[in-house]
Amino acid sequence: MSHIRKQSDYEKTFAYRFFQWLGGEKDAFVGNMEMRPQKEYVEEEATIQERMKDRQQAIAEAYDSGHNKELLFFQMLYKCFSILFCIAIVVLLVITVSYLPSVGGADKPTNNLVSETYISDGLKDTGAVNIVTGMILSYRAFDTFGETNVLFIATCCVMIMLMVDEDKIRENKDSNDRGFEPKNDVILQMVATLLVPIVFLFGIYIILNGHLSPGGGFSGGAMIGAGMILYVAAFGFDKMGKFFNEKVYKCVKVTALICYGCIVTYYFLTGANGLPCLIPLGEPGKILSGGITLPINIFVGSEVACTMYAFYALFRRGGL
Amino acid sequence: MEIIRNFPCLSILLAMFSAIISSALKGKWAKRLNTFVVTTVGILSAATLYLTYTTKESYVYVMGHFPAPFGNEIRFGSLEAGMALFFCIIMLFSLNGGRKKIKLEIDPGKENLYYIMVDLLLSSLLALVYTNDLFTAYVFVEINTIAACGLIMIMESGRAIEAATRYMIMSLLGSGLFLIGLCMLYDMTGHLLMSYIQISVREIAGNGTYMIPLLVTIALMVVGLAIKSALFPFHAWLPDAYGYSTVSSAAMLSSLVSKGYIFLLIKIIYRVIGFEIFVNSRIINVLFVFGLAGMIMGSTSAIRENDIRRMISYSSVAQIGYIYMGFGLGTTAGMVASVFHILSHAATKSLLFVSGVGLTDVSGEKTQFIELTGAAYRNTAAGLAFTVGSLSMVGIPLFSGFISKLLFSQAAVQSNVKMLPALIVLAVSTVLNAIYFMKTVIRIYTPIKSKYPSVSIKENQLYALTLLCFIVLNVLLGMCSQPITDWIRQGLAVLA
Repeated sequence: MSHIRKQSDYEKTFAYRFFQWLGGEKDAFVGNMEMRPQKEYVEEEATIQERMKDRQQAIAEAYDSGHNKELLFFQMLYKCFSILFCIAIVVLLVITVSYLPSVGGADKPTNNLVSETYISDGLKDTGAVNIVTGMILSYRAFDTFGETNVLFIATCCVMIMLMVDEDKIRENKDSNDRGFEPKNDVILQMVATLLVPIVFLFGIYIILNGHLSPGGGFSGGAMIGAGMILYVAAFGFDKMGKFFNEKVYKCVKVTALICYGCIVTYYFLTGANGLPCLIPLGEPGKILSGGITLPINIFVGSEVACTMYAFYALFRRGGL
Repeated sequence: MEIIRNFPCLSILLAMFSAIISSALKGKWAKRLNTFVVTTVGILSAATLYLTYTTKESYVYVMGHFPAPFGNEIRFGSLEAGMALFFCIIMLFSLNGGRKKIKLEIDPGKENLYYIMVDLLLSSLLALVYTNDLFTAYVFVEINTIAACGLIMIMESGRAIEAATRYMIMSLLGSGLFLIGLCMLYDMTGHLLMSYIQISVREIAGNGTYMIPLLVTIALMVVGLAIKSALFPFHAWLPDAYGYSTVSSAAMLSSLVSKGYIFLLIKIIYRVIGFEIFVNSRIINVLFVFGLAGMIMGSTSAIRENDIRRMISYSSVAQIGYIYMGFGLGTTAGMVASVFHILSHAATKSLLFVSGVGLTDVSGEKTQFIELTGAAYRNTAAGLAFTVGSLSMVGIPLFSGFISKLLFSQAAVQSNVKMLPALIVLAVSTVLNAIYFMKTVIRIYTPIKSKYPSVSIKENQLYALTLLCFIVLNVLLGMCSQPITDWIRQGLAVLA
């Protein structure tokens, strides 16, 4: 038989207090303990200063290689191990090279059908007297297109790093040391007047003659780029801007790369699908010969010249 | 059907063209062009996958008028086409997920440069996947490296530039080792095309001549690519590079760039050196040990980290360790597991990065854990996606991570000596994963009155949609694992 206890009786029992505590209705400490509201911690200016000073001192002492023996030891050990590691790698590679087939022997693996065919059929296949140019632009056209894109992306990366807005260049013209150019240096200007046309002409010659004699787009383009750098060093960016500014740069670069891309796309698609390439190979030795070699050399040359100049201008001035 | 054979070549060239054209466009148009190209390349790759999967064959495509061994070639089977499709999907999602951040964090005048980097990254990834020529692979490794540096330093903050410098130094070291290995291989075989190198390598291994240089060459190439894909002792560049770049870059770097190099390594193992010779060389054991070490060390570093972005980055080290552990088992089952883990990790890690940035955005742009408390209530979509990503990383059934762990343990059981260490480390690593991911999930779901405002799904629909796509992709990988592993098996068989 059970009966209901009175509420006042029940409130005295242990069970009541336990369930109250369990339900979170009553905190056992409230009222039984002395309590104060928590103060917000405010740090004084002096303590902050002191703490910063301590921190600085600790860092200074930890990295004080004159007195910190452990750090000194570690640095020594680090240097020793890196040198040892490099020596070990060098020794390993040298030993490996000694096991490799020697260079130039007639029966060595590199003297196989591939190089033989390049030499014997190169002229007939590509129409280029310069076998090297013919090889990189016809046999291995895809690699070279990739390599040209490496140059392109390298300029883009340098632009990310160094490009400054044109307005900012003008704004900070006085405070910016990029503006200090060797102005009106008579000797330099005289020499540049004489040299620049010759350099340009020689560069153009190397590009146009790339399929006939040593050279090609990469070397000729580098030469034209060097000529442009010489010109801008002597006469400054204002004069250069009259015939080669950012707009011209973009035009030349994009046109060259797109034309190059179109040629290789056409070349790949016809080659892979067994269609003949309609660009004539021409008579070997003539200037208008070599099939796709000559136009590609011209486009590669303009791209490389732009890239060389762009590197110089970006480092020098932060813009083109 | 014939025309589909042109698609891989066209997709590489299309990506390159879009980069060139983007350099003359304003940022907005460069973005549109990029989205169009990534989608188109995805569709082209899907068509290629359809062709190669139905015919169960691989195709050689001559790049130019000169057949092998004189000219360049690309080659594609179902594995390559599928990888290309997968890379396109991940790239599209990662870019969409970080679109707002790109706008905020990048100088508007340089936005088109960012998309140039992305386009060329895509072209180099495709070329690495499709190439049949070792030197072409090297050229596109270069493009990939420069593009990745550009993607990191586009933020133009001090930390990002420092991270890019570190990445560049380590990555160039890797490229250099790869190039030395390539030169030695050329000296021994006289070829650059993968199929012809493999014939010569078989001869060399059969005759027993040049065994020492061959071993060193394999080691140089493997170590070079391991540095570039951040295997454990070479991972020092990774947390900074992923932690301080813009979120799309981080997602693409972790899920595409390093995976591209790993896929190139798979190609080298199968197509250049030959699986048998690679397994018989002792380098495989080194990979196994470093993979195991990476699984543990990456996770312990992640546990100690107090920054959510860097924690996710360190978790990548552990996951790369899993992939190399799969290589180290030296069985086809291990390879299948590794390839599946490439997919699973790429899908999950980009999801984690993209959802992580949603959480930090509603916590005052701070990445410390203390600020993230309750962030999942402030941005429900990001919280949910982060939870899904974490569960997948830990290896809960229904998500992709579970399948890859299952495949790894199945592969480990088949091996005699390597079974015990592989299984033990898998178990330990799973527990460690659970520690740091569940810690984060519990923290972001801890209710708290926060000083930061919350964001509703309606405010950024594109972001929420991207996260939904990521989750669907993840669940798809986890639920339909059988057809995917069948495809991987078939692809690997065709690859060899």
